[in-house]
Order: sequence, then C-alpha cells, then structure tokens
Amino acid sequence: MKNVRTVAANTFREAVRDRVLYNLVFFALLMMGAAILVGQISIGIEESVIVSLGLTAISVIGLFIAVFIGVGLVSKEMDKRTLYALLAKPVERWEFLLGKFCGLVMTLTVNTAAMAVGLYLALWAVKHTLEKSDGWILVAVYLILLKLALIVALALLFSCFTTPFLAILFTAGIYVAGVFAGDLRTVQAVDLSPATMNLLKGVSYLLPNFEDFNVMGAVAHGRAVPGALVGQATLYAVVYGAVVLAAASAIFSRRNLK
Amino acid sequence: MATPAIEIEHLSKEYPYGFLNLKKKISLEDLSMRVDTGEVFGFLGPNGAGKSTTIKLLMRLIFPDRGTARILGKSIDDVSMHQETGYLPEQPYFYDYLTAAELLDYFARFHGLTATDRKTRVQNMLKKVGLETAKKIQLRKYSKGMLQRVGLAQAILHDPQVVILDEPMSGLDPLGRREVRDIILELKKDGRTVLFSTHILSDAEMLCDRVGVIVGGKLRGVGTPGEMVGIQTQGMEVLFEVAEGKNLPLLAKATRTGERYRVQMPEEELYGAIEQLRAAGARILSVAQIKPTLEEFFMNLVEADRAQANAVEVSGK
Ligand SMILES: Nc1ncnc2c1ncn2[C@@H]1O[C@H](COP(=O)(O)OP(=O)(O)OP(=O)(O)O)[C@@H](O)[C@H]1O
Ligand SMILES: [Mg+2]
Repeated sequence: MKNVRTVAANTFREAVRDRVLYNLVFFALLMMGAAILVGQISIGIEESVIVSLGLTAISVIGLFIAVFIGVGLVSKEMDKRTLYALLAKPVERWEFLLGKFCGLVMTLTVNTAAMAVGLYLALWAVKHTLEKSDGWILVAVYLILLKLALIVALALLFSCFTTPFLAILFTAGIYVAGVFAGDLRTVQAVDLSPATMNLLKGVSYLLPNFEDFNVMGAVAHGRAVPGALVGQATLYAVVYGAVVLAAASAIFSRRNLK
Repeated sequence: MATPAIEIEHLSKEYPYGFLNLKKKISLEDLSMRVDTGEVFGFLGPNGAGKSTTIKLLMRLIFPDRGTARILGKSIDDVSMHQETGYLPEQPYFYDYLTAAELLDYFARFHGLTATDRKTRVQNMLKKVGLETAKKIQLRKYSKGMLQRVGLAQAILHDPQVVILDEPMSGLDPLGRREVRDIILELKKDGRTVLFSTHILSDAEMLCDRVGVIVGGKLRGVGTPGEMVGIQTQGMEVLFEVAEGKNLPLLAKATRTGERYRVQMPEEELYGAIEQLRAAGARILSVAQIKPTLEEFFMNLVEADRAQANAVEVSGK
C-alpha cells in the first residue's frame, strides 16, 4: 500500500506541475459571469440557474480531465518510457496502476472541491445568504466525483490495451452509452424481437449506469436526495470500479512494454 | 560455489509482425548463460542483436515465450528481487516535471529508505555522477548525457548487489565515459555484480572479467576477452620511415600515414622484409605482433551471420 501511495502522490504532483488545476480559473470566470448575469434578470430562478450551471460545469470539466488525463496515465508512461526504471523497482504492476488511479482521483477531488466552493460563492453572491437546503449541492458534487472516478477506471482499462486515441473514443462512447443505460433497461419497443430485446437489456446492465449519479434536477430545486440513493450509488461505484480496475491490472500485468 | 548472480535458462522471445501478426521475428533464441557473483560481465553485440531484449526480459518489462531466469537465486517473477538489483534502461527518460533530486528521492521511496537516509544518499549520488550543480533543474531541461547520468544514479542509488546497465556509456562525453568506468570498477571492488551491454569493444576489454557475444538473437560465445579472441598471433607489423624514390618492393603492400609506412606480413617473411628495409636505408620504428582484437572477432561473427542470412534469403527458406 505504501507503494500505491507513493505513486499516487507523484501523479498528483505531476497534475499540479502540468497546470491541470488551471481549469479552475475558467470555472471561476464562468461562475462570476453567470452570477452577474442572473443577478440582472432576477425573476426568482437565480438559484436554480446558478446551481444547474455550476453542477454541469463541474461535471463537464471533470469529465474532460478524467478522460484525457485518465487515458494518458499509463499510456504516456509507456510512450515516454518513464515506466521502465520504475517497474524495475520493487513495485508490482497493479500497485503502479492503482497508484496512478488514486493520484488522478485525488487531483479530481481537489479540483472538484475547489469548484464546489466557487459554486457556493456564486450562490451567495446572488442570494446574499445560504440555506440549509443548499447543502444538497455537496451531495450532488459527491455523486459527480464518484462518476468521475468510474470514468478514470474505464479510461485506464482501455489505455491498457489500445492506443490512446481509441481509448479516448471508447471511454467517451461508454460514457454516452452509460447515460442512456437506464433508458435501455426499461425500453419497450414493439418492433424488436424478444431476443434482440434481451441482448439490449444484457448490454445495458454491463454498461455503467451514469444516470444514477445525476441528481442535478432535484438539487437545483432545493429538493432532498434520498440517503438510500446515495448509498446505492456509492456501493455501485465501488464494485463496478473495483471490477474495472482488476481487469485493467490483469491486462497490464501481462503486457510487454515496447 | 555460491549461487550465481544471474542465471538465464533457455530464454526465448519472439515478436509477431506483419499481416494479422502471423509472422514472427525471433529477437532472442534459447539464451542460456550465467554471471557469477562479483563479476563484471559485458554483453556485446551489434544493433538489433537482442541485448536490450535480454535485459528487459530480466527486468520483467517484457515476458519470454520460453525460458526462465533467476537473479541471486530468486525467480525474476518475484518482485522482491528488484530490492537487490539496479537497472539503467537504454536511452533513459524520466519524469520531466521532476528535478534530479526529486526523481531519485521518489525512486528511493520504493526501497523503503527513511527520509534522512534518502536525503544523504541522493546528495552523494548526485555528486558521484557529476550532477550536483544541476540538481534543482527540471529533467525536461537536461541534455542526453545528463539524463544518462541520472539513469546511472537511480540504478545504483539503493546499493544493489546486481547492477544491470543497458549501454551505460552511450551519449556520454569522454569524461563521462571515464566516470562510468570508474563507477563500474568501484562496484566491482565492493563485490557487486555488473552486467552491461555495449558495442564499444574497448570498454568491454578494459572492464570485463568475461564477455558474452550475441549476434542475431543467439549467444555466440562467452569467455574472458582474451579467450574470445584466441591466442594465436596473426603475423607481424612493421612501422618504418623511408626517403622518397627508394626501390623498395615492400612499399606496394604498405599503407602510408604522414611520413610513416605500416606493413603487415606473416611471421616467416619478417626477416626478408627487414633485409629489404636495411638495403633501402629505411628507419624501422617498431616491429610488433598483430593480435586480433575483440573488434575483429566481433566483425568476423557479424559478417558470418550476414552471409548466412543472405544465403537463407537466396535459397528462399
Ligand atoms: N517491440 C518490438 N517489436 C518488434 N520487434 C522488436 C521489438 N523490440 C525489439 N524488437 C526486435 O528485436 C531485435 C533485438 O532488439 P534489441 O533491442 O534487443 O537489440 P539490441 O541488441 O539492444 O540493439 P541496440 O544495440 O541497437 O540497442 C531487433 O531485431 C528488434 O527489431
Ligand atoms: Mg539495445
């Protein structure tokens, strides 16, 4: 575990030195602009506009980081051959992989937390007060973070056996498919044969169900998020993530470096 | 005898290529050899011979199709063998956002060294490889030779028993080469085992207790540098100066560099040649035995290999 921590810390350091956190400037500007704009319209929906916009931005920015840096975590090290010296140290390959994963999740956590603070500041700027129900925003942010961690795991998995370009494509594809996974499970199309329907259903259960992580609608209107939903999503992310990471490390452990 | 430092048994590696990866290129074919504890072993071979392939197999960066290897009696599958080994990759490249000191500290953490221990070791090592003044610069700003030095530093930082270096001298200036030679000799003095690959035969001759020559993925011979080239002399060489326009049949065979002529002949013709030179009033500067160098041995092997490869191609096998 110490090795995992060491790799994770270095991955975080890399992200900081490569100025990944600079995206926060963009987020800050966006929230500032939105606050000023909404403040001028002022027809009682300021709050939900700010919250929806903020959460969407947190999710989208996080997605970009998770996919692009997630795919590069291992593939960049293989390309640049920085991995050679490291794997000749007493480090298991799975430790390296898990360390990389944790490092990026750490980066995303810091980044997302900073954005959440920005969102609260913008909210305060339009409302001049914060209520207890605004606390649900934190729950929404937590669920976004869980989703991002899953995406990082998937990006890692793909980058272990394909080119970075294809890995980005696959990860983005799975994300989009995963958003609709819920619909796929309940779809009732009369013109499809039962066999096709079952296949579709089977696939839909393999896909990560990202809709379960989206509580933006409720939170934007100050409604509560059921604890059971949060618990379920957490469990789902942990199990699904563990399976994906195990698969990634099984592939990576047998992989010949160039 | 104690367990050998490195034992390699029937190691083979093929790379698939071509349409649907149906063809196979053999990079390493049934390599078996051992390196004894405390030995400096040179791994010689032309480009593409399979030196790096062997070393990467040992370091578990790639996996063999057949065969096994042990380092200090431990299977190379066992990650803990890396505690006692150091490795310098070919054309090393490291995290370019770190400084040399940070990189070495990072690597040292995997060896379970304490913070104070890491600090002193990193300082000493940077001094040893001549990077003391550059230690606060990010590695992206390092030159090739400087990276090579960092690579050497990280390979021996944890004071390993077995040090494996893939072309340690490449990219270094003459001073750097000297320093690397000194470091290798120092490791030997401390009883460490060193395996290094190179195409620079003089380095191998100077440093190695034994060398292994690998050509085309096959080990062609292992022995002391002396053994490898044999003991038979190949004739005599005479170096002389002579005034222009003298009648000297020997000149037809001689090569001229500046004022001097150099001529080679079988031993039995030596006295005849000396007579000729005396008659022409030449000045003999030296008479020496021609010893085959490792280089010639090496060239002969490589040429034989090429000839064989061509023959196979022609016969369409
Ligand atoms: N990833 C790879 N895919 C396909 N072939 C490879 C790969 N790596 C090495 N080879 C082949 O294996 C053979 C041996 O390569 P290797 O790198 O071991 O040579 P080398 O002895 O280290 O040469 P050099 O002195 O140039 O470093 C070469 O013919 C090379 O083409
Ligand atoms: Mg090589």
